[in-house]
Amino acid sequence: MRDVELNAGFRARRGAGRALIYVAVWVGIVVMTVPFFWMISTSLKSPIEILEFPPTWVPTGHYMNMGGDEWTEVYIVSRDREAGTVTVRPAGRTDEPSSASSLAGETTVDESLVSDRIRLRFQNYVEAWNQAPFARYYFNTILVTLFVVAGVLFTSSLAAYAFARMKFWGRDNIFVLFLSMMMVPQPVYIVPSYIILVKLGWIDSYQALIVPWIAHIFSIFLLRQHFKTIPNDLYDAAIIDGCSRFAFLWRIMLPLSKAVLVAVVIFTIVGTWNSFLWPLVMTNTPEVRPLQVGLARFSQEQGTSHELMMAAAAFSIAPLIVAYFFAQKQIIQSLATSGMKS
Amino acid sequence: MDPLTAALYLLPAGVIVIIFRMVPIGSAFVLSFFDVKMGRVRGFVGLAQYARLFQDPTFWNSLGTTSYYVIGVVPISLFLSLFVAVLLNQKLRGLGFYRTVYFLPVVTSLVAVSMVWKWIFHPRLGLLNYFLSLLGGGSLQWLEEPRGVFEMIASGLGWSWWPDGLAGPSLALIAVIVVAIWRGIGYNIVIFLAGLQNIPDQYYEAARIDGASSRQVFWRVTWPLLSPTTFYVLLSTTIVSFQVFTQIYLMTGPPVGGPMGTTKVIVYYLFEKGFDAGGNMGYASAVALVLFMIILTLTLLQRRLVERRVYY
Repeated sequence: MRDVELNAGFRARRGAGRALIYVAVWVGIVVMTVPFFWMISTSLKSPIEILEFPPTWVPTGHYMNMGGDEWTEVYIVSRDREAGTVTVRPAGRTDEPSSASSLAGETTVDESLVSDRIRLRFQNYVEAWNQAPFARYYFNTILVTLFVVAGVLFTSSLAAYAFARMKFWGRDNIFVLFLSMMMVPQPVYIVPSYIILVKLGWIDSYQALIVPWIAHIFSIFLLRQHFKTIPNDLYDAAIIDGCSRFAFLWRIMLPLSKAVLVAVVIFTIVGTWNSFLWPLVMTNTPEVRPLQVGLARFSQEQGTSHELMMAAAAFSIAPLIVAYFFAQKQIIQSLATSGMKS
Repeated sequence: MDPLTAALYLLPAGVIVIIFRMVPIGSAFVLSFFDVKMGRVRGFVGLAQYARLFQDPTFWNSLGTTSYYVIGVVPISLFLSLFVAVLLNQKLRGLGFYRTVYFLPVVTSLVAVSMVWKWIFHPRLGLLNYFLSLLGGGSLQWLEEPRGVFEMIASGLGWSWWPDGLAGPSLALIAVIVVAIWRGIGYNIVIFLAGLQNIPDQYYEAARIDGASSRQVFWRVTWPLLSPTTFYVLLSTTIVSFQVFTQIYLMTGPPVGGPMGTTKVIVYYLFEKGFDAGGNMGYASAVALVLFMIILTLTLLQRRLVERRVYY
């Protein structure tokens, strides 16, 4: 009997504890998602609504009845709750051309004349897209990403194969030398890299964004580790059967390494898509400028059109976010390993 | 094995690594001893760049700002991510969902993240000042506030005097720190979760049978067995934090570097010297070398510490 009571008490305490855990986790979830929600919400507001404080969560337009069916969009200057009136000003720009307002200056009217409607201004996305060569930026980023991924797969599998399967003088020392390069952060060598690219005449070209990144030491390392787990017997047998060394890599090693290759592809795509400092330094013109640098420029030039900036931010992250929701497990795993450099 | 064949397989990666990694890294070292303006070498100057660097108050300020940033980001990020990971590890329903959401900012580009947060921190129209007003507080200038936070707290408490040296990081820098923690926490949570799931259940069962409280279980079982992971998270967060650039470049200013230069971190200073202000690349290389020495020292120091302290 006593035992049961104790158990019930224990369970109740445990239940309360679990409830607290859920509360804490959900507070975190809200903090993580509010900025995204806010980005989308802002991106669908009118330039007038942006200026409202307190801000609205869901994009809303205020419309004042001008008599009959005629509504005109207004900006709310202040609200007097006790008197039941609002002071409004004509909205500078409006979506409905019919509502050329007969309103001049600020007016105070009865609350009931003004009503709110949810109004999602999708045209912000079109406007933002057209205000800067975003199509070009998108194209550049996709092109650069494709070439970098292809290049990384090519150079890494060959090098990893050599490091894992071949015996040659200084192999392990070269490998360690390669690995030690990984420890040097990019800002340390960006200045000399710039000079090298100047000497090659590559500044402001696709080569500058692609070629230096098609060898990825960490990918070589990952693939080499995986290749080493494939038994030697398999290799010997294949070679005796007349399989060439390259054919063994192509027909047996690579198909057996699909999971690692997928991880390499994912972190290469994410890294290339989001890279910023390098393309910022190495490009000057919109012709080769990738999306992230274009977006940064757009944000610096826009200054005040927050709705357009948020729209641009949203369509710039959209491809990766969509991909993330389809393949979150692989993406999380891949990015987690890619950080595991030490 | 024919060495020529091996060389052939190594060639594509090798050429790239040599030209775009080894040569630049070596050159960074060499360049710091030369006077280089706009990509043109003007002569050997020995240690003059370093002598100038160590007398450059902006450089020391950028080091100080970077240190504030690292000290602000690393412990809080570590604590919060460990906390969330431990919560998520309590066999919660929907773990996959939670992990996905916490990790979302890691996939999002830093440029977009910086833009969104700059808007959230907007001094007049921002979401954060709206929350403050709901709580009955006044609005803050956030990214445009050059005053140190300790000084602001002191003046908030009504003290009219506060020593200049103890003003602390500017509120602008604190705002940048908040964003960095928000962006990076998901990554650390995933790493911690993996570490937690590697701890065998037997240890927990044994502790429970012995009647250990959950606090004891955490400090006697989880914490020591998790130490390699904790160490890894500590190291990687520190190294990444020392290289902060994008958020500073996009969130603070204009001029970049924040109000009164209070967010000018070392990588931004390097960028400014090397590419913006007349392209003094020799000087920028000297800055780069200092950054490299800091990161290298940290790596070696922490590695040494781990060998002694971490339980495997």
